Amino acid sequence: MAIQAHESNEPEVYFQYEDIDQQQDTYLIGMWAFLAQELLFFGAIFFIYFLYRINYLHDFAQLSGHLNWQLGGLNTAILLASSYFVARAVHRGQTGEMKKQVNWLWATVACAVGFLVIKFFEYKDKIGSGLFPNEHFAQHYHYEANPEVARLFYSLYFVMTGLHGIHVLVGIIIFVVLIRLIKKRSSLITDYIPTELCGLYWHFVDLVWIFLYPLFYLIPAP
Amino acid sequence: MSAAAEQETVQEKNYLNADHTLRSWLTTTDHKRIAILYLIGVTFFFILGGLSAALIRLELTSPTGWMLSNEMFNKTFSAHGIFMVFFFMIPAIPAVLGNFLLPLMIGARDLAFPRLNLVSWYLYAVGGTLVLIAMMMGGVDAGWTFYTPLSSIYSETQISLTLVGIFLNGFSSIVTGVNFIATIHKMRAPGMTWFRLPLFVWAHYATSLIMILGTPVVAMALLLVVLERSLGVGIYSPELGGDPVLFQHLFWFYSHPAVYIMILPAMGVQSELIACFSKRKIFGYHFVAFSSLAIAVLGFLVWGHHMFISSQSVYLSVIFSLLSFLVAIPSAVKTFNWSVSLYKGSISFQTPMIYALSFIGLFVIGGITGMFLASIRTDIHLTGTYFIVAHFHYVMVGGTVTAFMGGLHFWWPKISGRLYSEFWGRISALLVFVGFNLTFFPQFILGVLGMPRRYHMYGIAPEWLFYNVLSTAGSTVLGLGFFLPMIYLTHSYFKGRKSTQNPWNAKGLEWEKAASPPITVNFTEKILVTEDAYNYDAISDAAQALRTMEKRGQLAVVDDEDAWWDENSEDKS
Repeated sequence: MAIQAHESNEPEVYFQYEDIDQQQDTYLIGMWAFLAQELLFFGAIFFIYFLYRINYLHDFAQLSGHLNWQLGGLNTAILLASSYFVARAVHRGQTGEMKKQVNWLWATVACAVGFLVIKFFEYKDKIGSGLFPNEHFAQHYHYEANPEVARLFYSLYFVMTGLHGIHVLVGIIIFVVLIRLIKKRSSLITDYIPTELCGLYWHFVDLVWIFLYPLFYLIPAP
Repeated sequence: MSAAAEQETVQEKNYLNADHTLRSWLTTTDHKRIAILYLIGVTFFFILGGLSAALIRLELTSPTGWMLSNEMFNKTFSAHGIFMVFFFMIPAIPAVLGNFLLPLMIGARDLAFPRLNLVSWYLYAVGGTLVLIAMMMGGVDAGWTFYTPLSSIYSETQISLTLVGIFLNGFSSIVTGVNFIATIHKMRAPGMTWFRLPLFVWAHYATSLIMILGTPVVAMALLLVVLERSLGVGIYSPELGGDPVLFQHLFWFYSHPAVYIMILPAMGVQSELIACFSKRKIFGYHFVAFSSLAIAVLGFLVWGHHMFISSQSVYLSVIFSLLSFLVAIPSAVKTFNWSVSLYKGSISFQTPMIYALSFIGLFVIGGITGMFLASIRTDIHLTGTYFIVAHFHYVMVGGTVTAFMGGLHFWWPKISGRLYSEFWGRISALLVFVGFNLTFFPQFILGVLGMPRRYHMYGIAPEWLFYNVLSTAGSTVLGLGFFLPMIYLTHSYFKGRKSTQNPWNAKGLEWEKAASPPITVNFTEKILVTEDAYNYDAISDAAQALRTMEKRGQLAVVDDEDAWWDENSEDKS
């Protein structure tokens, strides 16, 4: 792609844009439009969740008690911290302190990896107990709850946290690529906007978990 | 300035001959080349979908099901629906004409995200390939709607692979939507205000909103069917306390707005054609622009009218019925405004205009029969019959495909830089109109008589044979009408006469400022927009004034009209 020549400290402007302001505004609008579709993507399954939770109020509350709320809480704290770190990284990007920016980004990546590791042990525990919702589902693991609803609950649990987990994984890849490009002083990254865009995505991933945590781990008895 | 000489030099280097290798096409980020890639893709799937339609029509020429087995017939109509809806109709106008024209119409050098645009084509291509592989491995029999529990539990065909293909294709249209929204918001040339945008752009803005807000929902719905089939996750499974009707809700939450993804860009094309070939401003520009947004918003509130005979509560049905009637209002606003725009216009019946006028007639029939289906009681009699099939095809083929053909002919000189044969163009436009009505009008009658859709035998009522044979005969004419353009347009691409920059004398930046075919960066000069869209009245007023002056003998002062225009026109460089 043709890139217009600019003075060394000026951000590069792609040929389709008039100036850097237009380019940055366009990137942000594109990202928000993408997040709007993400909202509807998760919205669909949240809708399904609420439908079944309203139908099976008592069962959902009982099943929720078997999830490890301490681990879930720890993961919530980790993701909240990572959101703070990425906000710091964007700030350092704006002030142009590249080294600090990269450090904050590494801190974000570390949190994301930590989140997935904890999630892995949670999954391992549940799958080990035969709670993966396929035909070998341990029907009578939860004596107090309707076994069919238990399978439905774990279907939702694995699908929703799984899709969120995939988003975390994608986030890790995005941040590692971003860090590499920043360190290489790539022509793609001469200002803070790419970090800002990755940060927006990461805040969204965080936000999804903020809803997932109480919806699965903290259902009060009705 | 010699316009003709400049024309020659501009045409020497354009987006088509900038590079010739296959690699240059497959790695291009030029929106115009990606539009061509899409054109090849949608034409391919249109042919496949058309061939499966031909099989369906052949099978129905006998009440006894003489050619296909039950299972094969199910697979044939499923293939027809999947190819036509997901791989032809949804990308046809936005990804081909929209991709090509949006930057040209708003005076931009490219879309906002050119590489993302290429990604969207690859998602489409990979999705299409997966579906083709699924078809070769035996196909699917659940129809294009994939209702659970048939698709999730009972069907033993290639559902999962097909759904993954459609899932990827959905993300291709989301990516296109994101790209269009960012482009329309931020890439407009100076002076191109929101209310100077051509209505084609407004229609694509509304379409993009549906693409990014609707498609993810169906993506999730289909993903859950795949997970149910592959892992045993049971969201739709009644054995596990799940609800199969939930799938219908999620599916139609997207798929009803999706018919507006298909028709709104067609309405955008329609506005351009009507304005150009009657040389008139579109009457009520603001109403037509906002009616696109109104259709997009209302489209999200009417999905329940597909489910009047499901387990849906009757009170819900009443509300959905009322809301469905509301969609008629913005649609009628458009139709009336196009018709009024023709008044006192200088109408010329060239090929695109024949398509545009057919669109008005066919869309009105499709829209009015939609009102029959929005009313609950009539719908209960007509749903699941050929009446639905006919209604859907009147809107989708009579509307969308007709507008796509009209638009393709209208912008063909811009896309290819060549002129097609006007004679064959008119012949095939008339063939499409006649063939289409002959094919689908009998299906309205069949539907009222009670012939169910998706059945390949009707031995119980052999009197339906007459209408079925009529329909099959019509589909032959229709097929010919679609086949001819493939021949003469391809021929004109290689052998046609070279087109001038603005062969239709049309308004709009793509005609007035860009060469035919455009250069890679679209424009040679900076674009500054100083007038509203469709400023044709100025042309006809000037022509009228000239005529009056000629009559009065006042025109003698201007010896050389061209020289006079060159001196006085605004766009001299």
